[in-house]
Amino acid sequence: MAGAAEPLGGASKPPPAIELRAVSKSFGLVQANKNIDLVVQPGTIHGIIGENGAGKSTLMNILYGLHQADSGEMIINGAPVQIHSSADAIACGIGMVHQHFMLVPNFTVLENVMLGSEGGMLLAEGREETRATLQKLAEEYGMTVDADALAGDLPVGLQQRVEIIKALKGGAKILILDEPTGVLTPQEAVSLFKILETLKQDGVTILLITHKLEEIMAATDTVSIMRQGEMVGHRATAETNPEELAELMVGRKVLLRVDKGTSQPSDVKLSTSGLSCTSPEGVQFIRDVSFEVRAGEILGVAGIAGNGQSELLEALAGMRPPTTGTIEILGQTITADGQSDPQIMRRVGLAHIPEDRHKFGLVLGFEARENAILGYHYAKQTGDGRLIESKAVTAHCQALMSAHDVRPDNPYLTAKNFSGGNQQKLVIAREMHAAPGVLIVGQPTRGVDIGAIEFIHKELIALRDAGAAILLVSVELEEVLGLADRIMVMNNGEQVGIIDRSEANEQTLGLMMAGIAPEKAA
Amino acid sequence: MSEFALQLLLTFDATLRLAAPLILCAMAGIFSERSGVIDISLEGKMLSAAFTAAAVAHLSGSPWLGVMAAVTVSMALGIVHGFACITHRGNQVVSGLAINILASGLTVTIGIALFRQGGQTPPLTSGERFGPITWWFVEGLNTIPLIGTIYRELISGHNVLVYLALAAVPLSAWLLYKTRFGLRLRAVGEVPEAVDSAGVSVVWLRYRAVIIAGLLCGIAGAYLSTGQGAGFVREMSAGKGYIALAAVIFGKWRPAQALGACLMFGFLEAGAARLQGVELPLIGEAPVQLMLALPYIMTVLLLAGFIGRAHPPAAIGEPYVK
Amino acid sequence: MSATPPLPRWADLFLLPALNLLAAFFVCGLIVLAIGENPITALGVMIKGAFVYPGSLGYTLYYTTNFIFTGLAVAVAFHAMMFNIGGEGQAYVGGLGAGLVSLSLAGVMPSLIVLPLAVLGAALFGAAWGIVPGYLQAKRGSHIVITTIMFNFIAASLMVWLLAGPLIEPGQMSPQTPKFEPAGQLPSLQAILGALGISIANSPLNLSFLIALAALFGFWVLIWRTRLGYEIRTVGQNPEAARYAGINVPRVVIITLAISGALAGLMATNEILGVQHRVVLNFTAGYGFTGIAVALMGRNHPIGIFLASLLFGALYQGGAELDFEFQSITREMVLLIQGMIILFSGALAYMFNPPVARFLARYAAKREAAHV
Repeated sequence: MAGAAEPLGGASKPPPAIELRAVSKSFGLVQANKNIDLVVQPGTIHGIIGENGAGKSTLMNILYGLHQADSGEMIINGAPVQIHSSADAIACGIGMVHQHFMLVPNFTVLENVMLGSEGGMLLAEGREETRATLQKLAEEYGMTVDADALAGDLPVGLQQRVEIIKALKGGAKILILDEPTGVLTPQEAVSLFKILETLKQDGVTILLITHKLEEIMAATDTVSIMRQGEMVGHRATAETNPEELAELMVGRKVLLRVDKGTSQPSDVKLSTSGLSCTSPEGVQFIRDVSFEVRAGEILGVAGIAGNGQSELLEALAGMRPPTTGTIEILGQTITADGQSDPQIMRRVGLAHIPEDRHKFGLVLGFEARENAILGYHYAKQTGDGRLIESKAVTAHCQALMSAHDVRPDNPYLTAKNFSGGNQQKLVIAREMHAAPGVLIVGQPTRGVDIGAIEFIHKELIALRDAGAAILLVSVELEEVLGLADRIMVMNNGEQVGIIDRSEANEQTLGLMMAGIAPEKAA
Repeated sequence: MSEFALQLLLTFDATLRLAAPLILCAMAGIFSERSGVIDISLEGKMLSAAFTAAAVAHLSGSPWLGVMAAVTVSMALGIVHGFACITHRGNQVVSGLAINILASGLTVTIGIALFRQGGQTPPLTSGERFGPITWWFVEGLNTIPLIGTIYRELISGHNVLVYLALAAVPLSAWLLYKTRFGLRLRAVGEVPEAVDSAGVSVVWLRYRAVIIAGLLCGIAGAYLSTGQGAGFVREMSAGKGYIALAAVIFGKWRPAQALGACLMFGFLEAGAARLQGVELPLIGEAPVQLMLALPYIMTVLLLAGFIGRAHPPAAIGEPYVK
Repeated sequence: MSATPPLPRWADLFLLPALNLLAAFFVCGLIVLAIGENPITALGVMIKGAFVYPGSLGYTLYYTTNFIFTGLAVAVAFHAMMFNIGGEGQAYVGGLGAGLVSLSLAGVMPSLIVLPLAVLGAALFGAAWGIVPGYLQAKRGSHIVITTIMFNFIAASLMVWLLAGPLIEPGQMSPQTPKFEPAGQLPSLQAILGALGISIANSPLNLSFLIALAALFGFWVLIWRTRLGYEIRTVGQNPEAARYAGINVPRVVIITLAISGALAGLMATNEILGVQHRVVLNFTAGYGFTGIAVALMGRNHPIGIFLASLLFGALYQGGAELDFEFQSITREMVLLIQGMIILFSGALAYMFNPPVARFLARYAAKREAAHV
């Protein structure tokens, strides 16, 4: 009824679907949203773009009632509203598809869709009605899904479809999607955008949260840009370009190119042959991966998140024993039946900067100095005696902090009290101190501020030039293109191919990430 | 009828009497744990309820007033548990433990203050407790062999709370699987975020779950002191709350299976009581202590996956933070 | 979700625990009042009973010894984020270990050999009763809380069977073992100090108190100065980071539970080797559960655990005095206080956090404003 379907000759223009005025929100000392203004016209697809940690998700959670704003106004379809819970948001006609799906895995699709709007005290009353709604949505938008399948058994793309159905079932006219393509294959993403387009034609207003420029350019009508908790610009998508958006996102001209000399690769220091990893439940994470990394070069690993890169890192780091195949590090061979253990890998000469510093790289409740020996608590950093020498540990941490510009340089400060960038620098300092022959790095600059990104990139290049073999996993294509000398692309646990940096650009890599081998792509 | 068959029948009869509080507490545990709140305070709630029921029944002369008071006290303890673990996101095990210890101390302290009998209540007269209900046609059917005896001993002749315990099972199953409340309750114990984002209050759902748990434990406690026994004695719950917890796990958090576990555990206890000091062929003296420990041993084996697998609700034990 | 400013360290370490303790005592005071007695008088009686009467301090420290052991047992597991609720059963089985050594060796060997072995026996048997739940948690994914609860009951059944059967004192009816020979008895502190020419009042306080003090120090070294302690804390705070660091998480969990069980088992050195001189039924008397309160109040730190143990020792000893002085309040009052302390210092530990933090922040802001 509303939006695009409104007759043009009407008395007045319809009010904006969403209007936010001066919305602010802080968590403790961190101000996540500062005076945010936002206007979204009905029946459009509006993008909100910004780096990780720019405050996009917080803003959407406020709009959906999961967080409460400290101050500011919200106006939905011209009427001021108070949204204190998701129930209020749903009553305002807002539906949300969260970044992390909110499905009960041991419920059927039908039960998941019913949850919250069961249609009566007894389930029997609403069940057929919900089934009919499912059928209707399937027909109208091509969102077919088996109502009686267990949600946990569905592939990710279908799970997301269930989430969209959940958001729309009550007739929501505003749909928020938070980073919807992060877990999708390119094909799934294409079909998602098709569905969104159909919804738009039907008058649904869509808010698309993403940090991917190409999605904004391809799918949205208008776009708002956020940076460090603030709204820094609004644009019509047709009147802007990726360069401008990128500049707005990071606050200055981005140097996508990292200054580095050409690589001087010499001996092979890290190699795998036929490496495969299977979970105890039988899920195969990586299949038959073979590559080599030479001293003095960076091998970049590109791919959509969740295509085996994390597992590859874990296998190389000794955290996940290979099922078949071998890993060779500085002449030492680790086979499937051999011992695979992070301690052994470190002793051989491999250092590992993990993808997720909060999950793996740091113990947030520990002091910085205790984190500085994580993984090295049997090494000389902790003193020579049978006991851990407190003074030696503190001195070691102090040295790392001054050498790698960790601020504040207080070894007694608890890790959680450092900024993301300084936490990451602490991890990098610890791993680089080992002067490793081989370094494996995952997402080195995720959630890190611009200044630290440059610093970290320079440190990686310096280590390469000092003769280390570096394997870099990143889901940011720009980062891989900027740092790597050769690039391996992974899809569904397999290596699609390895190409030289000089042959690589976003298009070729994009095709490879979708699983199309370079010779076919060419 | 042979002596053995009669003995067996009497053991089944005792099984039912011993299982009744287990069944009620197990259903309580299922509601709480299915909502994501660990409840080791079944024991303490039952003990407090047993005391309250006996004390109020004695003072008022009515077992029904006793039950109502017991349920109120037990629900209040449930709310304390909720206040600690749901509102203040405290550790659920610690909170449950606190309630159990509080119950041990409070029942005796108040008991002494009220009755000066070393923590017991005065013995209840028959009017102050729940007597057996004789069903229709017991006399008529008595002449039929087997069926008559079974009807007389096993089906008829229990007090009303035993029948209530048995009724609680299908009622709980219906509530869990056929109603809106049940769907939401099961969801909140698995993925509370899903419930929250569907616009349903996680906090209120969990509070309702711990209050229902309080209600059921309250009846169980009243049964101990005004149905099975005739008055309160200190520590009269004697670990039954923990056996019920074991039954919840053994029944994989499902009412019907938990009923089976309760009956099995009750049968072991009834059998142990009957076999005390009895010489068995081949085995020698009956291993009574082993029989009493079997519920715990079997639960350990089940949890460890040696006999099947029990999957607890995914969000159990974790306070919900938006 | 209102934002809570961070709490200063001193407030977190001292003010908050003090407030929680105060709240627990306050509610208990209300209950005493409701019963019709004067809570202040009751408190006075307890303090006198715990510290003032001759020998009372010895009794207080005797209880303190138990709580140091069980408190440390819970605390070491807490450092690995494991909730060992089975101290009761581990101590019980520990008593069996100590008893078996003393029963079999005390008649034939001198105490210098028997006693260390008996202490070791208590620790080893306790450790064994802790290792099994630890193993099941680490390797089979059983919930440690449930398993240790079940193991408490299994231990109780086992001990009843043993004490009423194979180990019963011949010719006696009560379920307990024969008395140990003198070589299997830990000397009382009265005897030790007497030998040094120092005279103290008679009390059950014995050598195990010194073992407990040594355990406190050993605990500190283990947790904050050894590599194993570092691994235990890492596993507790972030098991994924532990895996990343190459720490064998299941192994650390099992070792931690073994240490925890051993500490709980050592409680038997006080009760069995030091006081009862035989293995008796239910000698653990809930001390294992009290250990949870001790660890929670003591914030898993040896100094805190010592102070909390002293508090509970005083409560137990002073609580016994209530029986003599009052008609309507008894030592069960102590259980009530204990329950309240677990509730307020444990489950509701952070209830006062937001208001206190806001108050302190406002106070600090005011002071700053006044200075400007």
